[in-house]
Amino acid sequence: MIDSVDTAKKNPDTSQPWAELGLKQDEYESIKQILGRRPTSSELAMYSVMWSEHCSYKSSKVHLRQFADKAPKTDALLVGIGENAGVVDIGAGWAVTFKVESHNHPSYVEPYQGAATGVGGIVRDIISMGARPIAVMDPLRFGPADAPDTRRVLPGVVAGIGGYGNCLGLPNIGGELVFDESYAGNPLVNALCIGSMKHEDIHLASAKGVGNLVVLYGARTGGDGIGGVSVLASETFDADGPAKRPSVQVGDPFMEKLLIEATLEVLHAGLVEGIQDLGGAGISCATSELASNGEGGMHVYLDRVPLRDASLSPEEILMSESQERMCAVVTPEKIDKFMALCKKWDVEAVVIGEVTDTGRLVIEWHGEMIVDVPPRSVAHDGPVYERPFHRPSWQDTLQADAPTPERLPRPSTPEGIKQTLMDLIASPNLASKSWVTSQYDRYVMGNTVLAQPEDAGMIRIDEETGLGVAISTDCNSRFAKLDPYAGAQLALVESYRNISVAGAKPLAVTNCLNFGSPEDPEVMWQFSQATTGLADACRELGIPVTGGNVSFYNQTGDTAINPTPVVGVLGVIDDVDRRTPMAWDEDGDLIYILGETFDEFAGSEWAHLQGHLGGLPPKVNFSMERLLSEIMVAASRDGMITAAHDVSDGGVGVAITEMALRANKGARFWIPDNIDPFVFLFSESTARAIAVIARTEELRFTEMCAARGMSATRFGVVDSGLGADSGYPGEQVIVVDSLFTFTLEALREANEATLPALFGG
Amino acid sequence: MARVVVNVALKPEILDPQGRAVQGALGRLGLTGVSDVRQGKQFIIDLEGELEGDRAELMEKLAGELLSNPVIEDFTLTVEN
Amino acid sequence: MSARIGVVTFPGSLDDADAARAIRIAGATPVALWHGDANLQNVDAVVLPGGFSYGDYLRCGAIAKFAPVMSLIIEKAQAGLPVLGICNGFQILCESHLLPGALTRNDHQHFICVDQKLQIESNETLWTRDFVPGQQIVIPLKNGEGGYVASEATLDELFSENRVVATYVGNNPNGSYRNIAGISNKAGNVVGLMPHPEHAVEALTGPSTDGIPFFTSVLKSLVGAT
Repeated sequence: MIDSVDTAKKNPDTSQPWAELGLKQDEYESIKQILGRRPTSSELAMYSVMWSEHCSYKSSKVHLRQFADKAPKTDALLVGIGENAGVVDIGAGWAVTFKVESHNHPSYVEPYQGAATGVGGIVRDIISMGARPIAVMDPLRFGPADAPDTRRVLPGVVAGIGGYGNCLGLPNIGGELVFDESYAGNPLVNALCIGSMKHEDIHLASAKGVGNLVVLYGARTGGDGIGGVSVLASETFDADGPAKRPSVQVGDPFMEKLLIEATLEVLHAGLVEGIQDLGGAGISCATSELASNGEGGMHVYLDRVPLRDASLSPEEILMSESQERMCAVVTPEKIDKFMALCKKWDVEAVVIGEVTDTGRLVIEWHGEMIVDVPPRSVAHDGPVYERPFHRPSWQDTLQADAPTPERLPRPSTPEGIKQTLMDLIASPNLASKSWVTSQYDRYVMGNTVLAQPEDAGMIRIDEETGLGVAISTDCNSRFAKLDPYAGAQLALVESYRNISVAGAKPLAVTNCLNFGSPEDPEVMWQFSQATTGLADACRELGIPVTGGNVSFYNQTGDTAINPTPVVGVLGVIDDVDRRTPMAWDEDGDLIYILGETFDEFAGSEWAHLQGHLGGLPPKVNFSMERLLSEIMVAASRDGMITAAHDVSDGGVGVAITEMALRANKGARFWIPDNIDPFVFLFSESTARAIAVIARTEELRFTEMCAARGMSATRFGVVDSGLGADSGYPGEQVIVVDSLFTFTLEALREANEATLPALFGG
Repeated sequence: MARVVVNVALKPEILDPQGRAVQGALGRLGLTGVSDVRQGKQFIIDLEGELEGDRAELMEKLAGELLSNPVIEDFTLTVEN
Repeated sequence: MSARIGVVTFPGSLDDADAARAIRIAGATPVALWHGDANLQNVDAVVLPGGFSYGDYLRCGAIAKFAPVMSLIIEKAQAGLPVLGICNGFQILCESHLLPGALTRNDHQHFICVDQKLQIESNETLWTRDFVPGQQIVIPLKNGEGGYVASEATLDELFSENRVVATYVGNNPNGSYRNIAGISNKAGNVVGLMPHPEHAVEALTGPSTDGIPFFTSVLKSLVGAT
């Protein structure tokens, strides 16, 4: 017996499983208020998924508002927050869209498919804006590297990202790989995608034009992920594992590749009025969002939806999260051409409804009305919570426990300092990530100019002019735990700095905010602090947040993960030929450090290796970061600089090691005057970069820095001939005067052995 | 109604890394004395009517050309009614 | 009038645009060929590009071999049309029996993308004339099913007839028998290559420009080519 609108009117007191579907009592009452009756079971299914935390952002909305309220004025933003992804003008008629999203819980349950479908979902967000996807990146975080569960999850996640992304033909140009006890049981799999288009290609998710047809195209609908959204993302795991065993979505990257081609063709042929991808909450989401953004009304015939499983009920069809599906609004005049293009790519397409002016979303099932709702109530006007929050009781104690030399003794002998560098570059967080990145295709599309391990990923957009974009994602969650406000700012400045060092001018920001349960006031405090910090920092740096994602409930029992506000900054470069890579090349080139180094070890990689977390994170200095960015971009544009690298995790010592290994060429260094060697080599102060300058450019460069007030200290010189005099004839070495000498071979061995030893060859 | 089941496996002389990986896992999970594991594919094809004459010949041909690659794979074909 | 080289797009082909770019850089004109059209548009040569045609379902290249364009390509190749199959293209050529042997799953079971050192063994094929035998180059290798296998008799024949076009140097990245990275047919007009020369045509985006000679070589054999 179908639970139709009529049936609902006639049977107001039927008991409904709103709690099992994840709704709260007051939310259920609210739905009855909106409809003026009890909801049908289909309507209940729709509200339950669309009002889940993952879809409605009910706990985060009030805080995310700041991104719009405090947004710095910029001409570069073509589409801002609120759409599937932000769109940024990069000049010459080109635009770029980008976004990062999370797929954390599904990746814990089924690592390969969870990660794969995460890639699929973000790629569909990008094509629904009218862009061709051009690159992906993956910020990944796992529990301790040697934990059995990490060994269960990590290889599957990496294989899933590669398996899906490689098959789509998208180069993977960067990401992060972080191991921390805080993520045990709650790995974070964030997926970022960038797309490019011409300005006139921008499309939005709206259903305009009464009488226009609503077309569902792509894969058939099955029982994938039923309740996945409201169940998975809004429930934490108990200590024994996932609380509910849901049906995880399974991805088909080949179908998605066909979907990309078909979608781009119909968009370029001008056949589409509005377009939406089907992500979390599937058809419920696509129809309600398209309707509420357009004329406000839609009539859908749910029985026309092509099914993989004929036994699905209408409620299940509405909640299904089957992958690789899109929804387009097409005028009756253009529908035949639209269908023909879908057929060319072997993509199934069915007209499932039409746009109306009734202001209602009406869904029929074999002639009976099973849904009749105001679409805004489902898609946009969901509950908004002002969750209580307060500063954790342990925050003061944590911040007071600074890693002073007394508290955490530091090596002071050359042997001790040498060993520290070796320990750092072999540690899982700093070791070579090529075990992971070699499972990803970085070459497809032939426009990858920079990729891991460079500071930023860089893609050429226009082959004629060399116009390109750079992107980086960053977050040090230990900093964020010490001080969530500063931690979010530190993530932003690091990402901003990374793309500036590559030679690109920062333009816009995306973010993926990974936190514990919003029902925990201490977590909510972290969230409010982080969002405020990020919004304030964006205003300082003059670059707006264009969109992003929130992932709550990343916790096991009472233990939340470290607050992890992952920030991605996108920048533009006029000519990718001018980019600044990280490897030095010519003997005699001079190595400079820009910026000031202070004694700042709280939350550092070194302190982490000693098992210590406490104190206040390094200070943020916006004016210095802006200055450093301007200098790096100008130096790149004017050809003054041959190589550069951001200084962050592990400090200067790790940065110069990474540069030397990348260059496969040695260099000689000396510690500058008036600074303790250990502090100079391993402190994690902000607003610093290492620049390699040809002798012929040195004067021009140092004069520019002096004129702009940027501290620039020469502390090294590239030299491939040091081996003989330091006892390693024929080998490349790094020499740090009065402290130590390392062969590149020894450093490389330590740096490259760690991940294969942990996860298999 | 006829059901055709085609089992495809790599020829014995071809390296089967997946089979080898499974063999290792079985051993680690306590199953002793596993001398070999080969991993293959099974196609289950439901046909209307009976499978005979030309149609049966075509099915056999397709099993050897489409469903398996004769350079590296062997197949067996059984018919269930 | 520059030479015209067709690049076939199957559903799931990925490196077709990159093959077209390489052809342009070599000084020829790329022509897009659709899998569903049994029409080669009078091109002078054909490239079957890399990717995951038909999702690699059933077996890599197994379904692509039945595409309408392929029956025409097989016919023309047997009559001497130069055909270069890269990665998935190589798999399609083996499935089509234009080349002997088969490609199987990498022995270490991972997809691998690396800058691979190769040795060019033969410059007697239409696609390798611009190389010198023994020349070592570095071009990207990226695949999950790149292990070349064939019977001992076939392998012996390939080497004795100088039909092994390229071998892996240093390490064997995928378990290919006798380190084979590429082979040709008896006539030398059909070449299958696992690594991707089209990704080594610009210093800006590749590890080298060592891939260009594959595309310039074929121009020499084409009548009327500039």
